[in-house]
Amino acid sequence: MINKSILNPSLETPIQRGLRDVTIKRLFILPTIILLILINIFPLFYSLFLSFNDYSALKSLQWGVNPKWVGGKNYLDVLTDPNWWESFVTTAKYVILAVSGEMIVGFLLALLLNREFKGKGIITTLILIPMMMSPVIVGLFWTLIYNANWGIFNYLLGLGQTNWTGDPKLNLYAIVIVDVWQWSPFVMLLSLAGLSAIPKYLYEAAEIDRASAWFKFWKITFPLVSPLLLIALIFRTMEAFKIFDIAMGITGGGSSAPMLLSIELYKLSFVRWYTGRSCAVAYIMLILIIAISSIYIKYLNKARA
Amino acid sequence: MKHAKISAWISMATVVLMVLPLFASCAPAAPTETAAETAAETAAETAAETTAETAAQQFAGQTLTIHWAQWDPANFLQELSKGFEAETGAKVAVEQTPWADFQNKVMAGMAAQSDAWDIVVGDSQWLGAGAINGWYVDLTQWVKDNKVDQTMTEATMIAYAEYPKGSKQYWAVPVEGDALGFAYRKDLFEDPANKEAFKAKYGYDLDVPRDMQAYLDISEFFYNPDKKMYGAALYGDNGYDSLVMILEWAIWAYGGELGDYATSKVEGILNNEGGVMGAQWYRDMWAFQPPNYEKAFFNEANDVFKAGTVPITSNFFAFFPGLADKTQNQFADVTGFFAAPPNKGFDGKERQISALGGQGASVISFSKKQDLAKAWLSWFIKPETQAAWAKLGGFTCDKATLESDAFKTATPFNPAFATTMGIVKDFWAVPEYADLLTLMSEEGGKYVINGQGTAKTCVDNIAKRWTEVFDKAGYYK
Repeated sequence: MINKSILNPSLETPIQRGLRDVTIKRLFILPTIILLILINIFPLFYSLFLSFNDYSALKSLQWGVNPKWVGGKNYLDVLTDPNWWESFVTTAKYVILAVSGEMIVGFLLALLLNREFKGKGIITTLILIPMMMSPVIVGLFWTLIYNANWGIFNYLLGLGQTNWTGDPKLNLYAIVIVDVWQWSPFVMLLSLAGLSAIPKYLYEAAEIDRASAWFKFWKITFPLVSPLLLIALIFRTMEAFKIFDIAMGITGGGSSAPMLLSIELYKLSFVRWYTGRSCAVAYIMLILIIAISSIYIKYLNKARA
Repeated sequence: MKHAKISAWISMATVVLMVLPLFASCAPAAPTETAAETAAETAAETAAETTAETAAQQFAGQTLTIHWAQWDPANFLQELSKGFEAETGAKVAVEQTPWADFQNKVMAGMAAQSDAWDIVVGDSQWLGAGAINGWYVDLTQWVKDNKVDQTMTEATMIAYAEYPKGSKQYWAVPVEGDALGFAYRKDLFEDPANKEAFKAKYGYDLDVPRDMQAYLDISEFFYNPDKKMYGAALYGDNGYDSLVMILEWAIWAYGGELGDYATSKVEGILNNEGGVMGAQWYRDMWAFQPPNYEKAFFNEANDVFKAGTVPITSNFFAFFPGLADKTQNQFADVTGFFAAPPNKGFDGKERQISALGGQGASVISFSKKQDLAKAWLSWFIKPETQAAWAKLGGFTCDKATLESDAFKTATPFNPAFATTMGIVKDFWAVPEYADLLTLMSEEGGKYVINGQGTAKTCVDNIAKRWTEVFDKAGYYK
């Protein structure tokens, strides 16, 4: 005779002891939820609220005075200020130059490394080194490389005393070069993952059909690696929009520095202490990044399909 | 196979390009300027002689944190404070932050009501913000009880301690008196060939600048980039107040003003003819600066002089020990110092003005060790401590020390310092000063460094944006 309690222990212990599995699960994720609310959700909504207020974090909190509700004035002030428009244009120019540079260099590197040769592993690792470094340190040591008097950059390229970091006509390009140097390996890494996943038989079939190298690249390699390239594009665009550390390290953020959004936002927030207005700028940036990312994601879904 | 070999070679070349910069930056660091160690030891010993048993019992084991900018005077203060440590058993930590970040770090700390620092040795312009926003402890009674207003020079009490000006309300104790001074190469200025050529070109003798036009002429005369000689070294924009220090000085020298400090009116005052002439002078001078000088501040101002690439430089007096020291400056023996030159303004009136630097020590109201902080201030203002401070290289504001022969003859730049401290003017010290400073740097930098617009549009834009700031803050209601 089968003991029913073995098949169904609840028959033997009708009163449930301890906590239910679902409760335990909820208890485990509760600290994370609380942390998320405190660190992410609350500041997100609080900053949204502040963006509609005239508020300076430097002054003591006095509801109705600091912060003082001003509706959409902060947004209007920013969007009608020519200086901020200049910032948007400069940032867009920077994003286009840096991200396209990274995509081209990174993808070309991946194509070069997507074959077997002696020392491939060590070469791949060495190329990845810049990506592993702190951007602040990268910015600081590139100021030495760019130094107009004795920097190795001008020396190697024979550019005399070209002032890469101080000349307002050049320093945006100086930041682009550093960003491409640091982040092309990231694009390379993702591209390499995509390239190595392409089945070999596709190339073999193309070989049998005597397809040209260009045909194989355009009809096999590129379409199959493009979803990963789009992911790299999304990440790099978002990061490039927020560029701060490298730019600050190279230019110091003074008046000769390019008017990048994040530097201007930093000055507004932590030098001039216009907290309310800086929240509005941050939200405008957020909306822009979300909009651009949405377009990319749409294409990514198409590419996957 | 052939492809693989080519790829390997190209990859190797790429690696070299990617990794080379990592090593290129590994240049040996320049030796830092060190404090006068022997003086420091003597100072510490002297100060340590006077011990206060009660203080020792009360504060033993505690740590007083003083926040100041990263520069030699802060190192001197750390050395000097050994005397206080010996006297009380308390530990003193002088936390240093690079100048470019100093203000932002202090302001962020104050916004967060941080008790990380017990004393902040802050810029004179911060007084308004410190007083109005409740960051600084009101030291008025303490100053009177300890007769600080009598022992320190009146000008420095007004500049570094008093807010509002003329109110006799004090929020700090002067620590480092400082202002913009000038150094020049006597050997170049006294060279007969240079003298002859200069006179032939400009019609008057080559000497330390007799006015602002002469400063410009001298810079133009010596400017010869092919021989790595540039005209002069004036600060660029370091992201804090460097550019404003030179711009405000030039504006004052030509008879302009930053506004009416009593009514906060700016329009028509800052952008008068004197303001335009001052901005124009700075822009004209910019053509003769050394290369890569856009972000230059005090280090660069000394470095280019020590490298022999400029005949004349301007810097705060606090950095002149580095130019007078033979171990740091190969031209120390032929380096002369002078105060800001007099100049006829737009109205024909002659003025001699220098831009004020320097800082005062304020007790932070969020500190839980305010008694210890006040005990340190009481120790700091003692005559023997002030004498030791001056001996170390600190620019004391103590009357008796300043008037002593020992101080006047101690360094080659002290006479110029004494002159300068009588002709100083300061920037706005209102709570909105950081905003005013940033806007002046921005607009000044656009014109002086980037060459955008004209001198008139530069001062007009500053006046317009400052007026908006004052209007928003309710100064005109």
